[in-house]
Amino acid sequence: MTFQTIDPPLRLPALPVLSSRAGALARAGLKRFGLLGGFLLFWQVAATNGWINPTIFPPLDTIIAALWNSLTSGAYMDDIAISLQRAGLAYGAAILLGIPLGLFMGQIKPLEQALDPILQFFRQTSALALYPVFILLLGLGEASKVFVIFWATLFPILLATIGGVKEVDRKLVEMAQTFGAARLTIFRRIILPASVPAIFVGLRLSATTALLLLIAAEMIGANKGLGFQVMNAQYNFQIPQMFAAIILLALFGLAANALLVALQRRLCRWSELAR
Amino acid sequence: MTTLEKAKKGEVAVRGLSKSFALKGQPLAVLRDLNLNIRAGESLAIVGPSGCGKTTLLRVLAGLEAPDSGEVLIDGAKVGGVGRERAIIFQEPRLLPWLNVLRNVGFGLEMRGLPRDRAEAHARRYIRLVGLAEFEEAYPRQLSGGMAQRVGIARALTVQPEILLLDEPLGALDAMTKLTMQEELARIWREEQVTLILVTHDLEEAIFLADRVLVLPKEKGAVPRLINVELPRPRDRNDTVFVAMRRQLMAEFGLH
Ligand SMILES: Nc1ncnc2c1ncn2[C@@H]1O[C@H](COP(=O)(O)OP(=O)(O)O)[C@@H](O)[C@H]1O
Ligand SMILES: [Mg+2]
Repeated sequence: MTFQTIDPPLRLPALPVLSSRAGALARAGLKRFGLLGGFLLFWQVAATNGWINPTIFPPLDTIIAALWNSLTSGAYMDDIAISLQRAGLAYGAAILLGIPLGLFMGQIKPLEQALDPILQFFRQTSALALYPVFILLLGLGEASKVFVIFWATLFPILLATIGGVKEVDRKLVEMAQTFGAARLTIFRRIILPASVPAIFVGLRLSATTALLLLIAAEMIGANKGLGFQVMNAQYNFQIPQMFAAIILLALFGLAANALLVALQRRLCRWSELAR
Repeated sequence: MTTLEKAKKGEVAVRGLSKSFALKGQPLAVLRDLNLNIRAGESLAIVGPSGCGKTTLLRVLAGLEAPDSGEVLIDGAKVGGVGRERAIIFQEPRLLPWLNVLRNVGFGLEMRGLPRDRAEAHARRYIRLVGLAEFEEAYPRQLSGGMAQRVGIARALTVQPEILLLDEPLGALDAMTKLTMQEELARIWREEQVTLILVTHDLEEAIFLADRVLVLPKEKGAVPRLINVELPRPRDRNDTVFVAMRRQLMAEFGLH
């Protein structure tokens, strides 16, 4: 086998034959996913030819087969459910506390100034470093797992919301005031909508953090969950199963992000119009 | 004014108005003992070098800034904040980027308690007045500077103020748009019968629109001057008297 067959650019001359739209789509697709495709192809070829150790990096088809098996047999269903529950509970609680608190703190300058040093300190303190503390306080069960994820996801949401509120153009607030708008109306009609883009930055950051902390928490003292399955498969040297669980986690991350992006597009169409 | 016509409102009286700001710990007197009477329905332009206090005066009139001493009376009542009989148009259009033109123009009325559908019905009339009927659904980011400013003007007009306060509303526009907008302001002033108080740094604009021009001095201690513009309307910028007035006003600023 020569290297030519796995080198996508060499296939480019065929593209101009396609209609210009399909061509443009294909080029855009290639630009975006070409490198990823190349990487996956390299993995597959390298693993089947033994260029890399296939016991550590099994060929993709075995990984996909393992993924398919575990999904169709329902083997991971409990793990998926419990993982989603942990991350969802924590993330939901962080949203329910972080956004209202941020909206409130962002508007009350003395409060924000008094609490900012504490917030910055907590933000800089890795939630993982605090996990042992949470375990001591809450035990090794669900509570400490959910709490560590909650803790880690709260701060990005809270700080982004405070930042969003503080960034609201005072001139718009003054404009509403000249029409006699009351405080609550100004909050509802100006401060809240103007903060939404910033809040979404926090939401997306926190979604990534939630998955990260989920896996870390499930690797310590859990007997269910995708993070546990990654560790467990590794202990038992079921490498394809390990990668299958990793891929599942990545897919959840992608799905969560896609969901948030779609929601953001709907709610913040105005902030993207000119772009 | 006949007796049948509703009593004209929108009279402004400024009595002994002083305002200073703290600048690096030092008090900076911006307005000193200013006295001024503006008739209902009059068009007054306020000119003066940058930093002489034009915006400050307008903000005090708007009720956004409280004077240190003295008072502002509107139709005889003392001003203590923003009021329903006044609307302000700032140099920037200050549109809400998440609302389309229709909802932006209706925003002022919504703030005054009108339900959305009625606010929008009124808004449509003023959108037509400023010539943006085809852009009702557009969002602020899709508008040019001139269009955005017209949306701001329409929003101020919807609340049917007796007094329209404008702070260099055309300052950021290109020369061509500016001329058109000056014509529009003249028309709006005539049609809506409002008291128009316009801060501008454009002397030609002042003469084109105003019945009187208030010239605020730069040096502290010098007294503000009022100049009558006795020219027939609609005004012609090339009229010899117009040109002479502009030259005279420019000479006041040491320009030739
Ligand atoms: N909020 C403020 N705080 C301190 N100084 C101010 C404030 N607003 C205006 N000033 C000062 O008052 C003076 C007059 O300002 P302004 O009324 O904006 O002038 P103009 O509009 O004529 O250019 C300037 O020297 C400005 O620096
Ligand atoms: Mg100014």
